[in-house]
Amino acid sequence: MWSYIVRRLLLGIPTLLGVTLIVFSLLHLAPGDPINAMLPPDAPQEVVEMIKEQMGFNKPLPVQYWRWLKRVAVGDLGNSIATRRPVLDDMREALGNTFILALSAAVLGFTLGVTLGTTAAFYQGRWLDKLASATAITGVSLPHYWVGILLIIVFSVELNWLPAMGMRSTIGESSLRDVARHMVLPTIALSLIPMGVIMRMARASVLEILSQEFVMTLRAKGLWSRTVTRHIVKNAAPPVLTLMGLQFGYLLGGSVLVETVFSWPGSGFLLNLSIFQRDIPVLQGVILVLAAFFVILNLFVDILHSVIDPRIRRT
Amino acid sequence: MVETTLDATTPDLLEGPAGKPMSYWQLVWWRLRQDKVTLAAAGVILLIVLSAVLAPYIAPYDPFQGSIRKRLAYIGTPGHFLGTDEQGRDMLTRLLYGGRMSLVAGVTPVFIALLAGSSLGILAGFLGGRVNMLIMRIMDIFYAFPSVLLAIAISGALGAGLGNTIIALSIVFTPPITRMAESVTTQVRAWEFMEAARASGAGTLAIIRHHMIANVLAPIFVYATTLVSVSVILASGLSFLGLGVSPPNAEWGLMLNTLRQSIYVNTWVPALPGVMIFLTSMAFNLLSDGLRDAMDVRL
Amino acid sequence: MSQNGTILAVRDLRKYFAVRGGLFHTVQAWVKAVDGVSFEVQRGEILGIVGESGCGKSTTARLILRLIEPDAGEVRFEGGDVLAASPDEVKAFRRQVQMVFQDPYSSLNPRMNIEDAVAFNVRVHGASRAEARAKAWNVLNKVGLRAEQFGRRYPHELSGGQRQRVNIARALVLDPKLVLLDEPVSSLDKSVQAQVLNLLQTLKTDLGLTYVFISHDLHVIEYLSDRVLVMYLGQVVEIGSAEEVSAEPLHPYTQALWASAPSMNPDERIERPPLTGDPPNPIDPPSGCRFRTRCPHAMDICARATPPLLPVGSSGRQVACYLFTPSETEDLAHREYRPPAG
Repeated sequence: MWSYIVRRLLLGIPTLLGVTLIVFSLLHLAPGDPINAMLPPDAPQEVVEMIKEQMGFNKPLPVQYWRWLKRVAVGDLGNSIATRRPVLDDMREALGNTFILALSAAVLGFTLGVTLGTTAAFYQGRWLDKLASATAITGVSLPHYWVGILLIIVFSVELNWLPAMGMRSTIGESSLRDVARHMVLPTIALSLIPMGVIMRMARASVLEILSQEFVMTLRAKGLWSRTVTRHIVKNAAPPVLTLMGLQFGYLLGGSVLVETVFSWPGSGFLLNLSIFQRDIPVLQGVILVLAAFFVILNLFVDILHSVIDPRIRRT
Repeated sequence: MVETTLDATTPDLLEGPAGKPMSYWQLVWWRLRQDKVTLAAAGVILLIVLSAVLAPYIAPYDPFQGSIRKRLAYIGTPGHFLGTDEQGRDMLTRLLYGGRMSLVAGVTPVFIALLAGSSLGILAGFLGGRVNMLIMRIMDIFYAFPSVLLAIAISGALGAGLGNTIIALSIVFTPPITRMAESVTTQVRAWEFMEAARASGAGTLAIIRHHMIANVLAPIFVYATTLVSVSVILASGLSFLGLGVSPPNAEWGLMLNTLRQSIYVNTWVPALPGVMIFLTSMAFNLLSDGLRDAMDVRL
Repeated sequence: MSQNGTILAVRDLRKYFAVRGGLFHTVQAWVKAVDGVSFEVQRGEILGIVGESGCGKSTTARLILRLIEPDAGEVRFEGGDVLAASPDEVKAFRRQVQMVFQDPYSSLNPRMNIEDAVAFNVRVHGASRAEARAKAWNVLNKVGLRAEQFGRRYPHELSGGQRQRVNIARALVLDPKLVLLDEPVSSLDKSVQAQVLNLLQTLKTDLGLTYVFISHDLHVIEYLSDRVLVMYLGQVVEIGSAEEVSAEPLHPYTQALWASAPSMNPDERIERPPLTGDPPNPIDPPSGCRFRTRCPHAMDICARATPPLLPVGSSGRQVACYLFTPSETEDLAHREYRPPAG
């Protein structure tokens, strides 16, 4: 088992390096001189020279990459062009906000997903199953940014129950309750897709265990016990848990759209801003951190999966 | 030892199925015909596609012409069945024209990814060894990004525009299709009839052409159709963020964005483009599910 | 055994599979799937190869056909060296030696109808569509599937027995001389087995074929074979005519095998299982004679060196056991073999 873990960890390194390569090359993807991507055309000459020096644009590409990589490895993501502050500082708070949102969406989505999925599996074929499956398909087909807008329309504009924008009220002191109120709508919008995905997997996984003959026999006899329930949970859980890990990663990285709708000050919002302000260091920094986090999360999930399910270890 | 009275030429006690034999594709079609939900979904898609293609002929107004006087009219306003947008342009017209952009931006990348991903995946699966490792490792690196993030990153780097959106999404969708193709190819390669084909003396190319391709393309194709619904949402999402189609073009995601500010004035018109995205995505989802069930090969 | 009666000669065939594991996927051990197998097949006979699962019989068949490349050894078909053959020669060889596969479910392409599946073999060797179709119909009729009715059908529309007939048809369509059959009836119901076996016998007589018939089912082997070859853990332990081997098995493994087969007579019951202990691991087989850990007659010499396959008596019997060969042959067993580097 340890050899699998070590091997998996080692495999993660080239992946991480590849990620940095892609993030680095994003800057050079855009047509034209990268300088123009970063600075407005009327910037003073000494600013241009300074940026050139700092970014090393006059050196060959592999050298630029290496310099950038070295700086990034120690945590220096450069300074934001817009705010002139270190990128890392701007990002810290944003990431935290996204994390809060992602976590609550995960909790909501996963709970609903597992509940619906298990129910559907137990009532397979009957209307409850069809209803649950329809809910799941709807969940994955709905554009979550649109749902966000709909929620705003219904709960903010029409009913005026919940706030529509931001994380805190602009007037009065911000309390936990205030943040919580702001969080309700974006959480619901964000939780839809994970709910749908997890529901489908949970249903399939539980169904597979239920169709084992001894379980079928017990159900037919009307016998139930804690042991059987534990057996179901233990065997149905691994693929669902793995998927949950992946989905959490998607939530962190893919919250851009919902954050934009609700003006939630998270990393997605920051990403959006940086694209429009052509603030390349921030753009690179956000993508890099989010992607790196995703890689590490995947690693962790894989290792966890191999610990739970010994069949995986052979690869 | 049991003495048998049946001679060697007696067919088995189980007679072949009654009725004329059906080829695999006929079987698929027959199964599809029975699945009402899938048929309905296919019908919806057909409707949406047709209305998008025929937009210039059936739209009542010019999508770019609007009068400020008539802006943000409610649904059901005489003359503007679905209301007007913030610049006074007719919503029905804009939605019809918007379909063209959204569908193109949604379907094209999946198609491109299907071509690229299948080739890479089948190659990797069939050749195995180092080639396989190289291709799959590269795909793994792209997999390290959540798809939304990758789409936005590439789009953001390339700039706005329909073409860039298509490029970005093609890159996003190629790795999953490659993975799927490689997995299916590896599985099929292990089936005994592949060995039997080699035992007949056939060369590699003949085996791939006659035996492998048909068995491999079908699952890949079904998987690709499941990606279309995601692609439509993602493409519109990019336009929503301002990274895709730019104004004054009509595109559902873009319309959602520009109308967003107006929800305090006219509540329900801004929701309309989202309805279209939802319907399209849902229809493709149902269609791909039905297709998958119908094409399920029983060995 | 006259030399011009031998259609296939196999000498010292070996195939080791690498087991990779550990940190860097290094080779940790070798599965000695086929470890020095030698035998001959006479023209017109049915040679039955019998043994438990994992003894290497299927691998041997694939090595002969070069579906898997052997690591060492020699295969001669009608005098010609198969292992040294060029790709063109291999293609020609494949016309003469064909194989019927075990699993009726995965051995047919689910998206090809059966006449095309059979005709494919013919088209590979250059025939036109019409020619190939005609030949396919011909052979389908011979195996009892009326081509007009069954030709356009797909595998999922056929029963297991019918699919095996298609398998047989596909193997026979090129008029091969030698047919290797890898457990062709093992997946079928008993009643269907009988039909297919009878079909195989009729075809052999009508078309003048030679069979190598692999199975783990003793009754089937006895029913069909002229000669029997017994394999254990990658090696040949006994060869002889079917009557002799079943009436008087010599090698202790053969004896145990035959004694384990349940009898049709309800009064004959097996008191104690003749074979005890676990089958050893093919990755780490016992030194010397591989059967010695389960053999009731194991001696000291059995652990020291692998007993060679040597003739016993004059009727063509061969046994690999120190019970039957004088100990002067010990030095023959000292030839060492090193697995290929990897």
